[in-house]
Amino acid sequence: MSLDTEVDALKKVPLFANIETSKLKLMAFASERLTYKPGQTLVKQGEQGDAAYIILEGEADVVINQEDGTEVVVAALKRHAVLGEIAILCDVPRTATVRAREQTQALKITKDLFFRLVQDFPQIGLEVMRILAARLEKTTQDLTAARGGH
Amino acid sequence: MEHNLFKYVWRHSRPEQITILLLVAISMPFYFLSLDLPKQIVNQGIQGMGFSAEQPTQSFLVLNLPFGEMLTGSTVNIFSGFQLTQETLLVVLACSFLVMVIVNGLFKLTINTRKGRMGERLLRRLRYELSDRVLRFPLPHLRKMKQAEVATMIKDEVEPLGGFIGDAFVTPAFLGGQALTALTFIMVQSVYLGAVSLAIVLTQAWLIPRLRRRLLQLGKQRQLAARALAGRIGEVMDGATEMHANDTSNWERADLVGRLGHIFLIRFEIYQRKFFVKFLNNFLSQLTPFIFYLVGGLLALAGQLDIGALVAVIAAYKDLPGPIKELIDWDQQRLDVTIKYEQVIEQFQPGTMIPPSAQAVSLEPAKPLTGKLEAKNLSLVEDDGTYRLQGLNLEMPLEQHLAIVGDSNSGKERLAGVLAGLEHPSGGSLRIGGQDVTEMPEFIAGRRLGYVAPDVYHFPLSVRENLLYGLRHAPYRNLSEEKDPKEEFENRESKRAGNPVLPLHYDWVDRGPIGDTPEEEEQALRRALYLVGMEHDVFRFGIYGTIDPAQHPEMAADLLKARALLNQKLEEEGLSDLVDRFDPDAYNRSSTLAENLLFGTTKDASLQGEALAKNPLVLEVLSETQAGGTSLAQDLREIGLSIARTMVELFADLPSGHPFFDQFSFIESDDLPEFEDLIGKADRSGVEDLNKEELARLLELTFNYSEARHRLGLIDEAKEEKILAGRKALAKRLSSGEMSELEPYDPEHYNAAAPILVNVLFGRVVYGQAEGESTLQFLVVQVLDELDLRGAVMEVGLSYNVGLGGKRLSQSQRQLLGMARALLKDPDLLIVNDALGSLDSSTQSRIMERVRTHREGRGIVWAMTRPQTAKDFDQVAVMGEGRITARGSFEELTAAGGALAAEIGKG
Repeated sequence: MSLDTEVDALKKVPLFANIETSKLKLMAFASERLTYKPGQTLVKQGEQGDAAYIILEGEADVVINQEDGTEVVVAALKRHAVLGEIAILCDVPRTATVRAREQTQALKITKDLFFRLVQDFPQIGLEVMRILAARLEKTTQDLTAARGGH
Repeated sequence: MEHNLFKYVWRHSRPEQITILLLVAISMPFYFLSLDLPKQIVNQGIQGMGFSAEQPTQSFLVLNLPFGEMLTGSTVNIFSGFQLTQETLLVVLACSFLVMVIVNGLFKLTINTRKGRMGERLLRRLRYELSDRVLRFPLPHLRKMKQAEVATMIKDEVEPLGGFIGDAFVTPAFLGGQALTALTFIMVQSVYLGAVSLAIVLTQAWLIPRLRRRLLQLGKQRQLAARALAGRIGEVMDGATEMHANDTSNWERADLVGRLGHIFLIRFEIYQRKFFVKFLNNFLSQLTPFIFYLVGGLLALAGQLDIGALVAVIAAYKDLPGPIKELIDWDQQRLDVTIKYEQVIEQFQPGTMIPPSAQAVSLEPAKPLTGKLEAKNLSLVEDDGTYRLQGLNLEMPLEQHLAIVGDSNSGKERLAGVLAGLEHPSGGSLRIGGQDVTEMPEFIAGRRLGYVAPDVYHFPLSVRENLLYGLRHAPYRNLSEEKDPKEEFENRESKRAGNPVLPLHYDWVDRGPIGDTPEEEEQALRRALYLVGMEHDVFRFGIYGTIDPAQHPEMAADLLKARALLNQKLEEEGLSDLVDRFDPDAYNRSSTLAENLLFGTTKDASLQGEALAKNPLVLEVLSETQAGGTSLAQDLREIGLSIARTMVELFADLPSGHPFFDQFSFIESDDLPEFEDLIGKADRSGVEDLNKEELARLLELTFNYSEARHRLGLIDEAKEEKILAGRKALAKRLSSGEMSELEPYDPEHYNAAAPILVNVLFGRVVYGQAEGESTLQFLVVQVLDELDLRGAVMEVGLSYNVGLGGKRLSQSQRQLLGMARALLKDPDLLIVNDALGSLDSSTQSRIMERVRTHREGRGIVWAMTRPQTAKDFDQVAVMGEGRITARGSFEELTAAGGALAAEIGKG
């Protein structure tokens, strides 16, 4: 997979959908592309995060370790999913483990790179804000629904 | 040290000076004879003076008893001489002349050589004494001196002494004698004229030194200014970080310019005065003949002086100015070196000095210190009267571990230095194991006490040498059986110059604490490294280090086995995709293009870095490799152009100096416009139209390109094939002797210039495999362990050079290595002066724990800032303002109301 295909993949990620191709190309060029074998972890719950990942190919499970030591798969991440962005935005430990289910390729966007991009290209920052706001809204709704359910 | 240079020289070179004086005296008759011979050759040999038809022969070598006439009244003939004809006499005289030339030459050779040797011996003695003093300066005094100044003094300022010492006595004796002879001769001819000459000589002798007084002062000033300049340059280099960080280079420049100007002014005045003195001197010398001509002439005219005598006086006078002039020059030199000597000596006379007896060479192991440490009423006062320690009392058994807690103003660092005997207290008493520390010689303190400073120094040697440094006390064992024939001569010379005979090639390591065999040494070193948690660091130095397979054939063979075993393991575990292995017949996508082309290691600078793109042989091979209608050179330039285009596209919007340039770009931000122009030019008139420099720039870009890493999709399989063809062609040319500096990667051979890790992997780590590098490292270590190679790799790691002042180590590694050095010595009391401060607190606690466990029952005094770290110590002393303010167990001190309760609560 060459840089151009990575850029095409990035365009399909909602977070970057509205960003110029040249900026995406720079981001792709400056980022490491990692290959994970089935079972290898991308991020580990509880660890400090220093990067976000974008899945370019393959599928990964989002796993939460419960206090009794058992694991629960809470979601699956497919192609073009973004993960780990919360940890790099607000310095909290990873909230879940993400593990490759099959051979998976991901673009690793380091904290440093991400902040530099936001700084240099404010539209990326705006886009991030928009997505986070949308998520907050969804979480609020979910919470309301959950309370109503009790 | 002797303040008077002449006394110093005379004391240490008397026999040699006398021998040289005698040699000079003996050489004199031969010298005069050789001056006389040409006259004889011309007069008798060629012109035939004294030969006639009646007397066809003359006597040669008639020997009469000296003063025979005086003693016996008539000439006493010892040998009546050979009878020779004119031709034979000419031949004999000419040959005698040649013999005299040789004899004189040999005298000169011997005298000069002896003078030179004597000068060098004395210089060596002086330099040794000065350096020896540096070794014996107490630390507080040493801290006040500037390194660069001391170095210039020992090296440069005493240098002219070497040349002078040979002439110190010979020249005045010889020239003085000559001048005196000439003067006597004049006196004999005419008392008046003699008196005139004498008067003028005396005037010179009185006036010139007076005129030189100012010169003397200037000479001193010049020396001090030059020394200060050296010191200042050293200072600027030490403070280079501050200078760059604060933009003060011009301030420094101004200072340097000011100093140079000052030196210039001094020198200029020196020249003015010096040449004026010379002028006056010449004038006075020429004044004498003037008086002779005028007064002597008038006297002769008046009939009071015989003309013959006047001519004789004037003839004799021509022998006077020469020696006088040289004497004056000698005197000038004397003044110069005397000043230099005195100025240097002055700097090497501190108030107190460590006596030589305290540093005596002792081959006996020092007796262990047992009992307790006892400090009573200890005080330490600075020169300005500030108290660093006052009325400090401390007692601890040497089996205990004591923590001294205090902030940086508490004086705990100074106390640590005092305890180690490095600084002497101003008052009070300090005894360790019953011995007064201030009187403890270094061969006890330096062996039985361990001291770790926070700014521990490492010598630019290997890790091993730096660890063993703490044990290099004395020449314990001769390592070589054979006697070096030069050794005896060298030792004799050392003694002659007052240097001690200390054989450097002996084993200087005190084997007591570490054991005699190399295996025991190895274990001790590894143990020390383990204790400070540096084992892994050194192992890493090892796997990134290189070995010479010619010197370690077994290890190289084992590492080849490791290569095979790793490959097998990778295959077994399905991890082969982590390594892109070197294959002579395949393109390696994880390597750069240059690496693919060379496919080997080289020490030849013209095959490395930027030079590769300009290497004529490489360029030739690239042009010769043709396929598909284009040469490889053309292809690579096209690739370079594509890279340049992409870089310009990606980075054009970024402000110059953006960190991305450093991290990711092939091109620096400053060069971006240049590449924009280059692309424009190539677009207008084609790549082939670019000039040589520009083509090299493009090639350079291509050479750094790696498909796996940069993923611009520029190298397809056809290009790979072509590059492989280029690789083969280049290898052929290189191996045919045009440049044999390349060592190709060969699956069957160990590559000497490649690191051990690369040799074992025999390939590159594939880019972008999650946890690829750590997995591989784990496997490599496993393989090395299985083949029992860990020790060998550690040994390579131990030979890692730590760089000047340990600069190739991190700050924490430097501190840990310093701690390991002290532990290796196994001292009776280990004094740690806040020496792990650069470590994070958890690592610090871990190391502290290990060190304390290791030294169970052996004394430790650990000065520290954070009270938490004192937790497990037997005793804790709290320091403040140079006193111990509280003492007790950690629990007592941290309990409510304890001295440390507040501190602990805070933190």
